[in-house]
Amino acid sequence: MLRLPDFTYIRPKSLKEAGRLLAELGPEAMAVAGGTDLYPKMKRGQFTPRYLVSLRFLPELRGIRPGSKEGMWIGAGETLTVVAKNPAVNKRFPALAHAAGSVSTPALRNMGTIGGNVFVDTRCNYYDQTFFWRQAAGFCMKKDGDICLVAPKSKSCLAVFSSDTAPVLCSLGAVALLAGPDGLRKLPFEQIYRDDGMHFVTKRDDELLRAILIPRAAFGQRNVYLKLRRRGSFDFPVLGVAAAMALDREGICRSARVVLTAVASAPVVVEEASRLLEGKKVSREMIEAVAEAAAKVSHPVDNVDLDYWYRKRMTRVYVKRALAELTGLKLETEKVPQEPVKDEKGP
Amino acid sequence: MREKKFSVIGKPLRKVDALAKSTGDTRYADDLELSRMLYGKLLRSPLPHARIRGIKTDRAAKLKGVYAVITGADLPERFGIMPSTQDEEALAGEKVRHVGDPVAAVAASSEAVAEESLKLIEVDYEPLKPILSIEEALACTEESERIHAWNRRANIQKAVSFEFGDVVQGFAQADQIFEDTFFFQGNAHLPMEQHCALAQYGPEDKLTIWSSTQTPHYLHRALSKVLKLPMSRIRVIAAPVGGGFGGKSDPFSHEMCASKLAMITGRPVKFTLTREETFYVHRGRHPVKMWIRTGVKNDGTLQAMHFRSFLDGGGYSSYGLATVYYTGALQTVSYKLPVYKFEGVRVFTNKPPCGPKRGHGTPQPRFALEVHLDKIADKLGIDPVELRLKQLVEPDSITVNGLRVSTTGLRECIEKAAARAEWKKKFHQLPYGRGIGFAASAYISGAGLPIYWNGMPHSGVQIRLDRGGGITVFCGSTDIGQGSDSILAYVVAEEFGVDPADIRVVTADTDLTPVDLGSYSSRVTVMTGNAAIQACRKLKEMLFQVAGEALEVPVDDLEMAEGKVRSQSYPKRAISFAECVEKAETKFGTLGATGSYSPPKYPANYKGSGVGLTPAYSYSASIVELSCDPETAEIKVEKVWIAHDCGRAFNPLLVEGQSEGSVYMALGEALMEEQVFRKNGLHKFPSILDYKSPTTLETPEIETILIETNDPEGPYGAKEAGQGFLLPVIPAVANALFDAIGVRIDELPITPDKVLRALEGRLKPVSVPSFDFPPPIKWRPGEGVEVPQKS
Ligand SMILES: Cc1cc2nc3c(=O)[nH]c(=O)nc-3n(C[C@H](O)[C@H](O)[C@H](O)COP(=O)(O)OP(=O)(O)OC[C@H]3O[C@@H](n4cnc5c(N)ncnc54)[C@H](O)[C@@H]3O)c2cc1C
Ligand code: SF4
Repeated sequence: MLRLPDFTYIRPKSLKEAGRLLAELGPEAMAVAGGTDLYPKMKRGQFTPRYLVSLRFLPELRGIRPGSKEGMWIGAGETLTVVAKNPAVNKRFPALAHAAGSVSTPALRNMGTIGGNVFVDTRCNYYDQTFFWRQAAGFCMKKDGDICLVAPKSKSCLAVFSSDTAPVLCSLGAVALLAGPDGLRKLPFEQIYRDDGMHFVTKRDDELLRAILIPRAAFGQRNVYLKLRRRGSFDFPVLGVAAAMALDREGICRSARVVLTAVASAPVVVEEASRLLEGKKVSREMIEAVAEAAAKVSHPVDNVDLDYWYRKRMTRVYVKRALAELTGLKLETEKVPQEPVKDEKGP
Repeated sequence: MREKKFSVIGKPLRKVDALAKSTGDTRYADDLELSRMLYGKLLRSPLPHARIRGIKTDRAAKLKGVYAVITGADLPERFGIMPSTQDEEALAGEKVRHVGDPVAAVAASSEAVAEESLKLIEVDYEPLKPILSIEEALACTEESERIHAWNRRANIQKAVSFEFGDVVQGFAQADQIFEDTFFFQGNAHLPMEQHCALAQYGPEDKLTIWSSTQTPHYLHRALSKVLKLPMSRIRVIAAPVGGGFGGKSDPFSHEMCASKLAMITGRPVKFTLTREETFYVHRGRHPVKMWIRTGVKNDGTLQAMHFRSFLDGGGYSSYGLATVYYTGALQTVSYKLPVYKFEGVRVFTNKPPCGPKRGHGTPQPRFALEVHLDKIADKLGIDPVELRLKQLVEPDSITVNGLRVSTTGLRECIEKAAARAEWKKKFHQLPYGRGIGFAASAYISGAGLPIYWNGMPHSGVQIRLDRGGGITVFCGSTDIGQGSDSILAYVVAEEFGVDPADIRVVTADTDLTPVDLGSYSSRVTVMTGNAAIQACRKLKEMLFQVAGEALEVPVDDLEMAEGKVRSQSYPKRAISFAECVEKAETKFGTLGATGSYSPPKYPANYKGSGVGLTPAYSYSASIVELSCDPETAEIKVEKVWIAHDCGRAFNPLLVEGQSEGSVYMALGEALMEEQVFRKNGLHKFPSILDYKSPTTLETPEIETILIETNDPEGPYGAKEAGQGFLLPVIPAVANALFDAIGVRIDELPITPDKVLRALEGRLKPVSVPSFDFPPPIKWRPGEGVEVPQKS
């Protein structure tokens, strides 16, 4: 079995103490919530913290308040199981319930938190490997090395942003409540991420996510999350499409947001969606156009499961299907060649 | 065979080890702890192909907590499962041949210290050009590019060629000739339990090793050779195996190193591999490229077939010698084939060695054959089920390559599966995107020959009767989860008329149990079953004699049932089994008996005819119904019907368990699993998260239909029921996909990106390399020794 390296585990009693510890201990310390991302990575030497500051027992991070003044308040320390099963979340934001419920396996969702999920490390199958493997391959810049093995010409790391809940939160305009040494600040999720596989989070290291706030504005919106992966369990998304849309009584689209995950190092907002759909009655053609636009901004690379050619194609299909689901429009399935492809013959 | 009502056989009884396994009582090798035990680790090569210029271990040896460090120089003797291809070393001496090849081993006070010490070992490698594909291996014929030095032609481990019947004439008689190429990607066994071995040496200079192995006897021999200890000084105990599937059938480096380090340190040493290491140890399914050419009459009757296979063997021979033959041997036992030519070659590449995995060398050609036949049926406008039914091999016949078929339930398998799946109603009738596919297959019930040449039994059983009626069965067989311990208990309980739960089964311990060759080639039920029956019947003779005297009943009127020995005509005339045992011991002295089994002689006698022989063939037919989303090309298997001729189901529950496990495994191989490598020879994803294997969510409803043909060679008529199920499912998936969306994927696994490419007409056909096969060995039925059939 791969063993965990030695480290010092600290269990603070309050959010304030946790923040202070992280500030004091500096880069040698990391926060740990459920540990489902962190511990396996420590076994593989991808993270090598000397101190872990546990967030598991902080009362400030707990609770789901469905109807707070500003919107729905979700404590960062709540597990994915709790979020996925919460009735209010299911009622208003089925996309979020589905995204949380589609993370990994039941056992991991019982441990893993939503706070950890939005900061889950970016993935790459040159990087998500043991120390032995990475050493044999030659280290890459994300850990211990200085080049990118996927795209040797690339100056930056292209590891894949792989959170399931983050794109949904972005699509709903959710805001992160960050607790730092100088107190609490609010930052829209869209601004937390940066398209850089190594530094994909813009928040400071000593800032902790206390809670997630989904604004009241999102309450009436239809929302959906579609996840592409090989298997019905375990697997990270290799493409995720989160879509949220407000339709008025006349069926006119008042707001539309489509956000992709797992096709870049940060969630990708499909700007064209709002431009093409808002203020209009959504038609099949418009959906096709948004899907086309989404495929244009989807830039998967060959560093996770299923090849980039396929994932790029699927961006179109998944966006189309997500919007069809939100609008209730029936779409025709793709035309497929009538003639079966010629049998392949050898020499 | 007598017609008797069974009391145990055929009943859905609990496995003898079920409770211990479900309560967590079972102690697997890694659960074993001995006092003063050390932990071992292997330093593995990061390079696929390199010469070792030197190794410095002194820094590691000096680390606190390290007890010993060894290298290739400490274990220079080569070994390997097949006697003629002993090309493995416990620790690489001069060269490493794949990433993960072990070069040094340490024993330390903890796994962490052992791990730490590996970093202090300095290996000076001279990198060599790696060979990573079949084509490269065939092209690298220069002496300087050799992976091994022992084989005749550079990088060719084995090339074989056979011709059965007149091939030119056979094809000349055909109305039409069809040709196809296929590729079956390699994949891994992925048992839940990673390999583990714990060795202890002394104090009487005796070695004991507990290992998660499927073949304790072969390990026993290999250890003796490598450690230079007589076999009498070595005791091999196969701990309960947490899944094998063929992956724990070779003798392994960690077993040698645990033993050697135990000898050096005088302390027990345990090695437990990580998941990643299991991908480097491998021995999984060979990647095979195949070319098939078949001549048929317009009505679909097969006239002649020419089959070529190219196996990517990886860095060592392992079972490869047998595998290459297996890719050609069993094409002939399901459908009548008058003329057959087979050429096969296994090459060395700088990747982890391939070996036997469920179906050993036969799923690949079966995939090719059954998809090829499906294509032929389609082109001739014949229903693929009908195409098979019209030319099934007859019972009691000899195939063109000299394999003796005794019973076959293939017709019943096909008909029942087709009926249950409503084949006629569905084939070509389902809406676009949904399809149904068919395939059939055959498999061996145990290899006809042992791995090393000898005339001794393949399986031995010893039974001891205790005063008080206790029965202990001793057998070298290894329960790897398939239920072989239970099989022994069922047989003995059936014979003595007692409850299987009252029988103690002691297995897989070379000090205590007679040799059984191991859990491979689906041999265990047939061979240990027969051996156990023989041992029981020897004892029964004695027991009946004393019971007859006591009850004043003629011996041929006696039976054993319900814990009693009694008269069949007057069942009240009875004594208890325990009493009978006491009487027998009084009369005969201590009660014990042995039984053994060797497979029958076989009709063919050409060189290479040993592979494919078996006491009896099992047959299977499968129908797969699936849907494929034409936009995403994602495939969902809706249902699998599988009919299997197992001769006789000892325990239908266990047989169904094997069926479902096989179907699950087949779907993984058909749709997602692949053991693939980067250009630097590194496995792409040696982890259980990224190596995709299906979960329960991907597993459809499976309907198993058991066909019983009561084979004369099998115990109570039983044949194989562990591997054969897997074979037809894979081609049935490919055939169903064609029915669903009209594209053929001739390259496994059938992933959504390939299907989408095929839909868009962009999927490249499988290319096969050219190769000069040796001149064929020619043979015709009748040229061998005549062997009378049992009936
Ligand atoms: C086999 C497997 C499959 C997986 N599949 C998926 C999947 O399908 N989809 C998916 O999205 N993820 C998946 N994951 C990743 C992970 O399990 C989840 O993302 C989980 O939600 C992480 O939460 P955690 O509480 O365990 O995080 P941890 O491991 O504790 O932390 C993860 C990161 O977040 C930081 N962090 C945690 N909480 C806070 C906070 N409150 N404030 C600031 N920083 C914080 C930590 O410092 C760390 O950097 C998988 C993991 C495994 C091992
Ligand atoms: S994308 Fe490049 S730099 Fe980033 S983790 Fe992968 S190999 Fe390393």
